[in-house]
Amino acid sequence: MTTAADLPAWLVIPVILFLLIGSLLTVVGALGLLRLPNFMQRIHGPAITITLGAGSILIASMLLFSGLESRPVVHELLITLFVFMTAPMAAMMIMRAAVYRNIRNRKKES
Amino acid sequence: MMMALDLTLYIAKASTVLAILFCSMRLLRGPTAQDRVLALDTLWICCMLLALLLGMRFGSNVYFELAMLIALTGFISTIALAKFLMRGELIE
Repeated sequence: MTTAADLPAWLVIPVILFLLIGSLLTVVGALGLLRLPNFMQRIHGPAITITLGAGSILIASMLLFSGLESRPVVHELLITLFVFMTAPMAAMMIMRAAVYRNIRNRKKES
Repeated sequence: MMMALDLTLYIAKASTVLAILFCSMRLLRGPTAQDRVLALDTLWICCMLLALLLGMRFGSNVYFELAMLIALTGFISTIALAKFLMRGELIE
């Protein structure tokens, strides 16, 4: 097992790039969640965080651990697969609940 | 090269914590209940990313399992909360 100090440069530069892209997109998605005006617009913000931000950071982690253990490490693909499968389902459930609640509130008012 | 990696990990951790702060502000402020559930879902994902970044910082494999557990529990809690918002009860 090599230490992080003697990793080659051609491995460290892609790790740094993926980390920067991932962290920037995470912050942008959360800022969208905070700043957008209503719920149906607000649900688009976290989609960036969940897909692109988490995906970039997971790729960076995969590359770094492959370099550290000097063999291909792919077990981060488990998290990637799980998050990419479940995020649309969770978003769909929340949206459906929001639509039903809006209809119910409108009925109660009239 | 090592310093650049350390600096990038610091920046990534700081921006993930910033994202957690934004999510918790929306969680406290959100006008409706579905906003709060959405903010909680994003908060779980950001915490999973923070666990992954800590694992990269310390070079340890334990944090990977922590991130996996956080992803699993976050999904189940989000589905349960959304179902509760829709029906008003969980088990019928």
